[in-house]
Amino acid sequence: MSSSPSQLLKDNLWYNNPIFVQILGICSTLAVTNNLSNTMVMTVSLVFVTAFTNLTVSLIKNLIPRKVRMIVQTLIIAFFVIIVDILLRAYLPAISKSLGPYVGLIITNCIIMGRAEAFAQANPPLISFWDGITSGLGYMVVLLVIAFFRELLGFGTLFNIPVLPSSFTPWTIMVMAPSAFFLLGSFIWIAKTIMLKQEGGKK
Amino acid sequence: MSPDINPLVLLFASIFTSNILLANFLGMCSFISISKDIKSANGLGMAVTVVLTITAAINWAVLRFILLPLDLLYLRYIVFIIVIAATVQMLEMVIDRLSPALYMNLGIFLPLITVNCAILGVALFIEIRSYSFVQSVVYGLGSGLGWWLAIMALAAIQKKLEKAPVPTGLKGPGITLITIGFMAMAFMGFSGMLSVQ
Repeated sequence: MSSSPSQLLKDNLWYNNPIFVQILGICSTLAVTNNLSNTMVMTVSLVFVTAFTNLTVSLIKNLIPRKVRMIVQTLIIAFFVIIVDILLRAYLPAISKSLGPYVGLIITNCIIMGRAEAFAQANPPLISFWDGITSGLGYMVVLLVIAFFRELLGFGTLFNIPVLPSSFTPWTIMVMAPSAFFLLGSFIWIAKTIMLKQEGGKK
Repeated sequence: MSPDINPLVLLFASIFTSNILLANFLGMCSFISISKDIKSANGLGMAVTVVLTITAAINWAVLRFILLPLDLLYLRYIVFIIVIAATVQMLEMVIDRLSPALYMNLGIFLPLITVNCAILGVALFIEIRSYSFVQSVVYGLGSGLGWWLAIMALAAIQKKLEKAPVPTGLKGPGITLITIGFMAMAFMGFSGMLSVQ
């Protein structure tokens, strides 16, 4: 993988998108996307945690013995998640409550561990920080698109503001579990088809 | 302050109506990557069930006897994840000693369980819903069994899908996710019976 900042941005947002190419961290993708505000908070938290975990891991990578690096990484991640959790509780109690256990579950989001292992472990701090941010953004974009459709069709609202006329009957299925799977599946289908076309065009 | 739910009802609910995977979306990563082969799916399902039951009990005790009395609730993420990692490690050693054959079978799956979010998820649900000890263990066991059931069903479906004419772009994760969507709908059929909160 090339490590110029703009190439990283492109990779993490599209060619190597954590969600639809690597299929990482989709638990929360599915769980929090029935409401745009929740999704926004969740993804911003994830960008924060990924970026700072990458930075920290990269800074202290020479100090960690290889054998225990997984547990050290997990502790670093948990440390930043606790910060996020405390901040959310203090400033956005309503959203913190409706996200429930999913904020804590950022710890086991494989994107973070994956990036720390695959990138921060072998690269200098600043570029690792950038890699964390862009990976988080790649996650954010996909989640926001899915949340947009789920909230619009499921409740007829966007960011809790009604946008569709009252004559519109909400599709209750959109706020329930199965629709998340269908939407993500279709999203992956579209993205993959476009990617295959691009590859075909290059040859 | 534990909610008044009959353990048997909770067991049934956590397997079917509130399936940890299909209703709460937990443990998806390994669910999608391991479900291509029935034998591995079975091994992983078994391992997840055992670890979930044990960690549900330990994490309940840690929460009730250490974190709450000392007012250290904010440390719960770190403590839970350490308990889970330690349990997995310990289980690995015990299984290796008692049954090398089973150890060989589970081998690669055991360490993977540490990062399975279903395990941490169950611990956090237990905390949020303030379950009693019996309820916690039953909830852990039921969630494990539900996860096991779901991954076996998906592995069986995937076997058939291999031969199906799926469009190239949809092959792999795309069709898998849509299949899981249908499974989730099927499981939702149970939800009129009872629910846990």
